Amino acid sequence: MSWGLDGVGVRLGDATALDDVTITVEPRAITAVVGGDGAGKTTAARVLVGLTPASSGRVRRPASIGYQPESSGVWRDLTVTENLQLVAGAHGVRSGEAARRIGELLDATDLTAARDRLGGRLSGGMRQKLGVAMALLPDPDLLVLDEPTTGLDPVSRLELWAFLARTVESGTAVLLTTTYYDEAARASSIVALDDGRVLATGPLERVLGAMPGAVFEVGSGGGPRSWRRRGRWRLWSPDGTAPPGSTPVDPDLADAVIAAALARREAA
Amino acid sequence: MLAMIRKEFRQVRRDRRTLAMLVLMPIVLLLVFGYAASFDVSEIPSGVYGPDADRFAERLPDVFAVEVVDPGGDRETAIDALVAAEAHVAFVADGGSVTALVDGAELFMAQSAVQVLTKAREALPALEHEVLFNPGLDTSAVLVPGLAGLIVVFVGTLVTSMSVVREREAGTLEQLAVMPFRPRDVFVGKIAPYFLVATVDIVAVMIVGTLVFDVPFNGSLAPLALGTLLFLFVALGVGVLISSMSENQAQAIQLALMTTLPQVMLSGIIFPLSSMAPGVRWIGYLLPLTYFNQVAKGVMLRGAGILDVLGPMVLLAVLGIAIFGVATVRFSRQLRPAKAVA
Repeated sequence: MSWGLDGVGVRLGDATALDDVTITVEPRAITAVVGGDGAGKTTAARVLVGLTPASSGRVRRPASIGYQPESSGVWRDLTVTENLQLVAGAHGVRSGEAARRIGELLDATDLTAARDRLGGRLSGGMRQKLGVAMALLPDPDLLVLDEPTTGLDPVSRLELWAFLARTVESGTAVLLTTTYYDEAARASSIVALDDGRVLATGPLERVLGAMPGAVFEVGSGGGPRSWRRRGRWRLWSPDGTAPPGSTPVDPDLADAVIAAALARREAA
Repeated sequence: MLAMIRKEFRQVRRDRRTLAMLVLMPIVLLLVFGYAASFDVSEIPSGVYGPDADRFAERLPDVFAVEVVDPGGDRETAIDALVAAEAHVAFVADGGSVTALVDGAELFMAQSAVQVLTKAREALPALEHEVLFNPGLDTSAVLVPGLAGLIVVFVGTLVTSMSVVREREAGTLEQLAVMPFRPRDVFVGKIAPYFLVATVDIVAVMIVGTLVFDVPFNGSLAPLALGTLLFLFVALGVGVLISSMSENQAQAIQLALMTTLPQVMLSGIIFPLSSMAPGVRWIGYLLPLTYFNQVAKGVMLRGAGILDVLGPMVLLAVLGIAIFGVATVRFSRQLRPAKAVA
């Protein structure tokens, strides 16, 4: 059974936050919703967990959802263990089972040594890992994480991804939002959002294959179709024609999403 | 520096609630409190009891607004009327002598009554007076019951509203919304500690008041406990209601102050309600502290039973149901917006 949004629209006042967005989250897989600021990632996550009502479309959500908001969702004046105990209590997990599960999650997130530390005294990475552990405690069918790696150092990001990879093995469906394209590329399925609309969706290969036109590396840029990557200029060619003096590049997810966004804006 | 001043002006202009408070509130407060801030007593609700009640009632100075004339009554009936706050001076006219029983729980009224009665003795030598419930006319005896209520207002309204808003600011209210809690679980869970703290506060104030300030406790505990319980519900309900209307802690503090300040000035704790101009007196009758003050003073000083303070109790219950009801609905809606349309 998969979960997600089917043609969901969300209006917040006069603004359209989501327009006909479809996201499918499969069990045993990580689905990444990627996009820039204001793309609609957080709104999509909130609609999926039931915090924001959909104006149109259908939401498929299980009874058991784990959710980590952008702010980590950790109570700063409770200790690591107390945060987890609160979640266990809310879900009616019996004390023996709760203690076992909390122990497991503390081990899995490397937080055992910090179990008596206040949430507010944890580092950003530890706090995010605690947030994920809290969302996972009730063993939910669907885990929704809103930008869990934003602000984390590369090592913490890697640790968190390793933890998520182990999590999906147990059958949990995971949806996470991120602004990092390299991170989204690791997911089983990607949904690229731009201005509340889906730009591209599917596994990485499909998103790359669906990229309109072609991307080239050029000596100089600055135009509306160019952007800088790793200290060099890249240029999108809508019809795939190579500009003079350019070198074709093997596009990655960031290139593909930027090209799709440029194509959409030029078509509008 | 100019850039800094310009930035500050822009921020103040956009924070309309603060701006309104800064500009309008002083004017409103001056007008309201100007009309409310009066210790002058122009009218004292009075009753006359005993065989000579009819005859004596006609001879009383104008300040005594006679509301009950009961020729069949006696001293006991008169005291019952004072306990039930139906009158604040009760005259017992039985044949040759007349005794004015003065309700010492209403300090300013009692002081005015004693003054007028002392003067009236020149024309009516048979007129005696006796101050009941607070014979020494001690200020602390009258203030402590109201102060206990004020502390509940502080804890219930200010602290509760800030606690809920802090949860919203930290993003953990969303976390609670996604957990399988019912909105009422979150609501009750949030206010339970403050309920306990306010209860401890009020008991501590009463104990200190009676032991240190010699405030009499003439009534029984049950009606006071019931009145306090009802008042706590109203105060905590106001706190949650404020939190549902505030986006941040600063707004919650502003709103809490806007509800607390009128309760200090207009509930009858400091200025007698009867001394206020009718244009602002009605505000006092909308405030829960007015009724808690009546219950607390009635029970502690006058020894009132539950039936004697039934009126303010019922009004506290009505306010509690209304405010708590609106607060619960707003809080639940905010906690489960998506489920509301599912």
